[in-house]
Amino acid sequence: MRAFTAALDLRRYVGRWSLRSASHAGRFFFMLLDLVRGILEWRVWVPRTLQQTVSVGYGSAFIVLLVAGFAGAVTSLQAGYQFTGQLPLYVAGGIISESMILELGPVLTGLILAGRIGARYAAELGSMRVTEQIDALESLGRSPVTHLLLPRILAGVIAIPALVMLANAFGIVVGFITAKSSLGLTYADFEFGARYFFRPLDLWYSLVKSYAFAGAVTIIPCYIGFNTQQGAEGVGRSTTQAVVASSVTVLMLDTILTKLILGTAK
Amino acid sequence: MSIELKKVSKRFVDNVVLDGVDFFVAEGETVALLGPSGVGKSVLLKHIIGLIKPDSGEVWVDGQLVPMLGRKALAELRSRIGYVFQNGALFDSMDVFENIRLGITDEQLYADKDYCIQRVKECLRLVNLNEDVGRKYPSELSGGMRKRVGISRAIAGKPVYLLYDEPTSGLDPVNADVIDSLVERLQQEIGVTSVVVTHDVRGAFRVADRIALLAQAKIRAVGTAEEIIASKDPVVQQFLERDLEMAVIQANEVPTGERPIGGR
Repeated sequence: MRAFTAALDLRRYVGRWSLRSASHAGRFFFMLLDLVRGILEWRVWVPRTLQQTVSVGYGSAFIVLLVAGFAGAVTSLQAGYQFTGQLPLYVAGGIISESMILELGPVLTGLILAGRIGARYAAELGSMRVTEQIDALESLGRSPVTHLLLPRILAGVIAIPALVMLANAFGIVVGFITAKSSLGLTYADFEFGARYFFRPLDLWYSLVKSYAFAGAVTIIPCYIGFNTQQGAEGVGRSTTQAVVASSVTVLMLDTILTKLILGTAK
Repeated sequence: MSIELKKVSKRFVDNVVLDGVDFFVAEGETVALLGPSGVGKSVLLKHIIGLIKPDSGEVWVDGQLVPMLGRKALAELRSRIGYVFQNGALFDSMDVFENIRLGITDEQLYADKDYCIQRVKECLRLVNLNEDVGRKYPSELSGGMRKRVGISRAIAGKPVYLLYDEPTSGLDPVNADVIDSLVERLQQEIGVTSVVVTHDVRGAFRVADRIALLAQAKIRAVGTAEEIIASKDPVVQQFLERDLEMAVIQANEVPTGERPIGGR
């Protein structure tokens, strides 16, 4: 009897989980559809997008540069620790610049912004949902997608790739300064190493990743925040979910894009 | 220009909120929807504006079947409906002026700043608020003022229908009186078709032409104040019992038409 009840519970659990997943997939799809449709209402989203872009880009620049600077410095120190005496010093230039462009710049920026922007978007939209502000917007015949979601997502898509490029450049500069002071690496050697290992594809790869991460850290929190339920506790839950889901998605996309773009490049 | 719900049912997981509800509001009429808290009055109201879709049944507004409307048609319909939310639902990142301006649903008029300034001032005056309030943010307003700004926003687009969701809940009797007077006066001045959701019997008797009582997921009684009072339904009687005596006394004491706005 107990085994039968357990089997029934398991079936019920699987059934509910499947229904919930299907419901999320459907709602997510329709939100994307609404976003595409909303592009036509440019008079609504253009001014709001500019506002959000300034807020996201300018507001995140300091933390992104700070993280990129530390990443560049640590890469430089580790390169010195691992390779001094075994490889020519100019290799450090290649390691620092390639590490920043290929991995540290985009991924660290993506993860930092998953926390900063993702949490903000989910909390803002979540509290608007639970205080009926989103319903109020709909009741006025206005689309919350064009008023709230599209400007936030487009702001991320505009600002995040720019921030990633800025992080790459700043990380490399700080990496060079650290290498110069700790390893005695000259600018000529650094430049030679950086140029020696650099391929234009690397920069494209970094840019493609930054766009993908921008999508992940804006669309997912917007969806989660927009569908918040159950008051203040719900807003807290949505914020946590948004940060976790967008961070994990950044890492997943990182793996997939590395395989797709670099895995086949020779 | 009427609102009609036919056999509307709605359930949330295992909780049946509406079970075959029929509800009708004629053009220019004010109907108060009474019922205890949590019975589904707001859910019914949200069906009218298409914020919630029924599991079964039909919702007709302005001769249109609301759940079947496409995006544009629904937005068009909503622009003719003013909805006053229970807690105001004001946009807290905008000042009062921008909040009310957003209620101007005609895009051309919304873009005309001079018109917007005039209209916002007019709406603030209609709800007895000073022009200076326009520069304040919702967090700087009292509960009663927030409700009045919510009403201002709802009427800014010159709606044909007004839906009030608990306009007096959470207010002290004086402020509740102010809001009731306002609802009455707006009814007389702009002559819209209104539905007032409330659990305040006195307020309902004062502002409504007809009263409907929602209980146990069904409309238990519909009629004028006198008909509701005379109802033999035990559920209706039980609900009215507490407030009825006071409501009748007050209704007889001060004729509603003569009560000045602000309740003074």
